[in-house]
Amino acid sequence: MKIAVCVKEVPDPTAEKRIDPDTKRLVRSGENTLNRYDRHAIEEAVRLREGAAPGAEIAVVLVAPASASRTVDKALAQGGDRSVHLADDGLSGSDIVATSRALAAVLARDSYDLIVFGQQGSDAECYVMASAVAERLARPCVTQVAALALDGSSLKVKRQVETGYETLEVSLPAVISVSDAINEPRYPSLPAIMGAKRKPHEVLSLADVGLAAGDVGVDGSRTHVSALSKPPTRGDSVKLEDDGTAAEKILAFLVERKVVA
Amino acid sequence: MSYRPPLEDVRFLLGDVLDFDGRVTGLPGQAESTLDAVLDVLAEAGTFCANELAPLNLPGDGAGATLGPDGVSTPAGFREAWRTLVAGGWPGLTCDPEYGGSGLPHTTQVVFEEFLCATNLSFATYLTLRHGAYHALRLHGSAEQRDRLLPLLASGRVAGTMCLTEAHAGTDLGLIRTRADPDEAGGYRVSGTKVFITAGDHDLTENIVHLVLARLPGAPSGTKGISLLIVPKIAADGKRNGVTCTSLEHKMGIRASATCVLTFEDAWGELVGEPHGGMRAMFTMMNAARLSVGIHGLGLADGAYQRAVRYARVRLQGRALGGAARPDLEADPIIVHPDVRRALLRVRSQVEAGRALALWTAIELDVAHRHDDPVVRAAADDLVALMTPILKAGLTELGWEATSTALGVFGGAGYIRETGIEQYVRDARIAPIYEGTNGIQALDLVGRKLPEGAGRLLRRFFHPADAWLERQRGNPTLAEFVDPTTRAIDTLRATTLWLGERGASDREEAGAAATDYLRLFFLTASCYMWARMAAAALDPQATCTPAFREAKLASGRFYIARVLPEAGALAREITAGKASVMGFPEAAF
Repeated sequence: MKIAVCVKEVPDPTAEKRIDPDTKRLVRSGENTLNRYDRHAIEEAVRLREGAAPGAEIAVVLVAPASASRTVDKALAQGGDRSVHLADDGLSGSDIVATSRALAAVLARDSYDLIVFGQQGSDAECYVMASAVAERLARPCVTQVAALALDGSSLKVKRQVETGYETLEVSLPAVISVSDAINEPRYPSLPAIMGAKRKPHEVLSLADVGLAAGDVGVDGSRTHVSALSKPPTRGDSVKLEDDGTAAEKILAFLVERKVVA
Repeated sequence: MSYRPPLEDVRFLLGDVLDFDGRVTGLPGQAESTLDAVLDVLAEAGTFCANELAPLNLPGDGAGATLGPDGVSTPAGFREAWRTLVAGGWPGLTCDPEYGGSGLPHTTQVVFEEFLCATNLSFATYLTLRHGAYHALRLHGSAEQRDRLLPLLASGRVAGTMCLTEAHAGTDLGLIRTRADPDEAGGYRVSGTKVFITAGDHDLTENIVHLVLARLPGAPSGTKGISLLIVPKIAADGKRNGVTCTSLEHKMGIRASATCVLTFEDAWGELVGEPHGGMRAMFTMMNAARLSVGIHGLGLADGAYQRAVRYARVRLQGRALGGAARPDLEADPIIVHPDVRRALLRVRSQVEAGRALALWTAIELDVAHRHDDPVVRAAADDLVALMTPILKAGLTELGWEATSTALGVFGGAGYIRETGIEQYVRDARIAPIYEGTNGIQALDLVGRKLPEGAGRLLRRFFHPADAWLERQRGNPTLAEFVDPTTRAIDTLRATTLWLGERGASDREEAGAAATDYLRLFFLTASCYMWARMAAAALDPQATCTPAFREAKLASGRFYIARVLPEAGALAREITAGKASVMGFPEAAF
């Protein structure tokens, strides 16, 4: 079985997010790291390899600047067997449309049985990349997978939705995104961290995946940011200093707004 | 996340200031220990400490280690955290690959220990004591002992202790009474009582290897008659050996760390090294442990600093003296107030210098252990020997001062247990005491290290520092750091000469000056690190961000302006001589 886990490099989530007013893009020049939601995706692939799909090969796939090599190593330390890294200056400024085109082009070079995403990117909080890539590859797609079981050539999955869970069966090859409730990613072991650099790293250019500069980047994007403004304030807030009656005041506040009866 | 591992600072120090790739990666067996690889490892270590160990710290302090019929239990969560560490191979971070370790340089262990101590010093003690035992056995054990025991210690399946102190023999180990009598099978039977044994018993590992100082029959008196023995908690036949934790100390701090009274009753043991050669082996452990304890102070200081900064940003009290900083709020965050800023910067500027000193020394330790050239090894070893007491005492005093200062930022809330900062103060107070009190460190510095080789160790510090400062002389942008550092080093040199002349002929003079002299050395060496850091930050090739550079230089300026001046006062105190100390009538105390 061949599994691709699509990962993303994001700005350090503990640092404050900033948008460059000139480029209107998220500032990515600080410390960057592996999107934390993707650790769940890698972990789930590793669990498949350890369980129902022994011998499965896990490729870590990403579209990111060449400087993302430490993020690649992190993903490999987490359990990937090899990396496929599309790194090209022309990709800068790509939106979801352009990035999904690039990712799909990378993924189409190989015959993956299963393509796994994390539920979202912690930078732009985008949830739809899995669906977009699945659409381009013409594969079935299930998002927010909270549990899965491999059954021959299909997956039985439990999908988290607002009203509860859906239980679905999806035939392979397929694309899924896993929720962050699906597992608790393990800490990579010290030998795995040290060994990550020795695993096969494939670095590709746009030409390698059959794309032209105009397919991606700003030119290949369908979204253009025309202006940015701060969100409106949420109105008056009430701050209580606890003098022993705060709980009663909070209760009264909630009753007044009919939040509790 | 309540703790942010200072990875950016570590990267700056190792990469931009201390030339880690040049000094360490080229050493034999270290080709894979590139700066990037080491930082990847440390990033994961930091995540583990922040996510798993920090949440166990306050509950662990509340529950403490407890003694039951089956021995000592660690607080809830410690066993799971230990299992995760062992599964990840972390206990073997710097252990030799031939014994199952990862063979990374000691420098990585120093940073890892800072993260451990910043988040959970009690937990850290279980790990670091094992490390000391590993190195003592590696250097002094027989081939058979090494092959049998080192893989177990490296994996973390087995823990280790150092059993030195007895009730009547603390600083003066020549007084110990624990006996080891040969048995018929070539082993020994050990009997006696050891006190203050850190991690002396616990439920984290399947076995514990106690390294015990004891006297063989007919041994000479004093330290020349002390032997080192291995006494396992569980004997080779799987049965309990005759070693029992008979009591746990109730302590001011590190309450989740089991500080045991260990009673040895006819316990089976085996000799390490030669009979009566125990002190030499034990010093191997103690030198490594002294550097490690210095890191206890550093970690606690930074952990406390981070908490204080977070609080100072959100606690609203009063208005900035120059006018409201946040008129949209009912009061300004206290971080605007000069005295709060002074307190935070006092801690921060010393922590940054302390970390630089620790990593500088750690790199020299790696060179001392691994370099091809014995001349280079010896030179590095000299510097480590000189810096060991300075770091142990300097950093642990910093830990005590910094945690107390950080608590002060919290005002009354800091004195409340649930806030979490008072634990840092209590935990910090032991570090100036254990592994040789700071008073003993000061005597080691002035009594042993200064005179050794007619000042050879001192020259390992002064000569490279002088040469570096000389190279920066014509650089006007660096003058604000280089000039004060040059003056500080001149003051230290003059004070050292004074002490050398007076102390050689009058040991009381040296003893009366020792603690202040060590502090003077620590402040001056810290200042030298600040000059090196400033130079690196201003270097156009530096990899740090502009914001990091700006903060680094500002912190260094605070150090020069507001911390370094203490050095002048210390020099005056030292050269005032012993008269006021020894002249006071003893009966009047």
